[in-house]
Amino acid sequence: MSNSAARQVLLRLGVMALSLLIVAFVVFFATEMLPGDIAQVLLGQSATPQAVAALRHEMHLDQPAFFRFLLWLGGLLTGHLGHSYANNMDVASLIGGRLENSLKLAGITTVVSVPIALTLGITAALFRGSLYDRIVSMLTIFVISVPEFMVATLAVLVFAVHLGWLPALSFTYDVHGFFNLLKIYAMPVMTLGFVISAQMIRMTRAAVIDTLNTSYCEMALLKGASRRRVVLRHALPNALGPIANAVALSLSYLLGGVIIVETIFNYPGVAKLMVDAVSTRDMPLIQTCSMIFALTYLLLIAIADVVAILSNPRLRKR
Amino acid sequence: MTLSLPTPRKYGFHMNAVGMIGAAIILFWVVVAIVAPLIVPYPIGLIVDSNYLGPISAKFWFGTDYLGRDMLSRILMGARYTVGISFAAAILASFTGVTLGMVAASVGGIFDTIISRFLDALNSIPSLLFGLVIVAGAGSSITVLVLTLAVIYTPGSFRFSRALSVNINAMDFVAVARARGEGTRYIIVEEIFPNIIGPILADFGLRFVFIVLLLSGLSFLGLGVQPPNADWGALVRENMDGLPDGAPAVIFPSIAIASLTISVNMLIDNLPKRIRDRSE
Repeated sequence: MSNSAARQVLLRLGVMALSLLIVAFVVFFATEMLPGDIAQVLLGQSATPQAVAALRHEMHLDQPAFFRFLLWLGGLLTGHLGHSYANNMDVASLIGGRLENSLKLAGITTVVSVPIALTLGITAALFRGSLYDRIVSMLTIFVISVPEFMVATLAVLVFAVHLGWLPALSFTYDVHGFFNLLKIYAMPVMTLGFVISAQMIRMTRAAVIDTLNTSYCEMALLKGASRRRVVLRHALPNALGPIANAVALSLSYLLGGVIIVETIFNYPGVAKLMVDAVSTRDMPLIQTCSMIFALTYLLLIAIADVVAILSNPRLRKR
Repeated sequence: MTLSLPTPRKYGFHMNAVGMIGAAIILFWVVVAIVAPLIVPYPIGLIVDSNYLGPISAKFWFGTDYLGRDMLSRILMGARYTVGISFAAAILASFTGVTLGMVAASVGGIFDTIISRFLDALNSIPSLLFGLVIVAGAGSSITVLVLTLAVIYTPGSFRFSRALSVNINAMDFVAVARARGEGTRYIIVEEIFPNIIGPILADFGLRFVFIVLLLSGLSFLGLGVQPPNADWGALVRENMDGLPDGAPAVIFPSIAIASLTISVNMLIDNLPKRIRDRSE
């Protein structure tokens, strides 16, 4: 890696860190600037003024907001995430196992859908203009232009109601055997997979077609190379950078999808925890979950940027 | 001797069938949103049937919901919330974004840098997450929803219109206007805006779709429009219990959302060239 590429990558990471700070600022002040006294709410109407004052002091509510922001930021960095308002449990222990569940769901979805999406995108570009290409394009446009929950409802209607292959909206904890495990994960993974694949297919197809339009691909075609050879040997290696970029970008759609999918299928992950926390207005929990999501999102975007930089030979070799 | 008339100049726009269908469906929902209270067969809050999540019948065209209310009435009224809120938010987002974009492009300098950086940072917050956090903090009244959705989609509109305006701003006729001594306001209103209006309209449609999707998502999570009112996303959520049986109460609101978003996409993709390419 050359100097200029390294500098660009560092710049991207710097921008990411700055964005994360701004997100933290927005999240903190959106959730802290509520009217009303949290200490009073937590202790109830019958609490003595002394008790309220003591709690206010303990929660640093008597300090300026900006100081509390710094305190909260410090807590995040050192792993002191605070206590949930709803059940006074430690936020870290509430999130711990659920983060693992969410990552498992996201991981399985990625492993399943990336190869499928890439194959569909590349073959659609290969047979551009054919019936196959048009069907793939129409399906992706459909998936992109309907809300995520509709994809989930459709999947339930088809696979649980009409075909009866999979259980509908249930997620049980005690599963026995690999097959049952497969059955339970099938629906959420499929829904999420549809949501992120649609973007990936479109971007992959566009990236391959872009390279196919270059003059060296035209030259290869004129020399008599088969269409298949032109796509696989000439276009694809040069489209790899944009494709990797597209994959990382599409994975950031996992985020919106995971919030909806975990809620629909009652999957015990961080997103479900956060949606529940929003309904009960459990601020410390919301803040931590938001930061986890924002960090993941920004990381994926940064990876996409870095891949785009590294895959550009003009930047790499100078 | 035949006298040939000069071919009449065409004022109308030519649009293909797909675009026409899209436009017709959008128009249909807009009309429904406006006249909904006049045409609903039953009052929306009224429990009209003891059979909840009922099937399609002559009396209840779209079946009944989880409390036995008429689904057709609820969907027609839902159009008000879905189309109304989304439209208001999209207008607000586009207006703010486009104005700021044009000003940033024509003024340039430090103003441009600051506003671009700030909106980029805002853009780096995932949209559904942003919505959740604001709703958690400020509740989910309709005003808050409109403002939140508008704030989330302003940066995109800003970026798009700024990129277009920068190109126009570099053109000779703008330089001439400046040399004439015209002010920034004149440059923006008379020179830049008329030249970017076409693409801006297409972008507005796209932003409208994003907003409909996000609003439906929020309502589906129970954090958007609150009962007893319901937009289409909330209608799907309310009747989720009917999903395992494939009740019409879940299916029809979903179809309504899809029909709106897909037809906007259809319209944008088939906009007449004269509107779409006006900047070129």
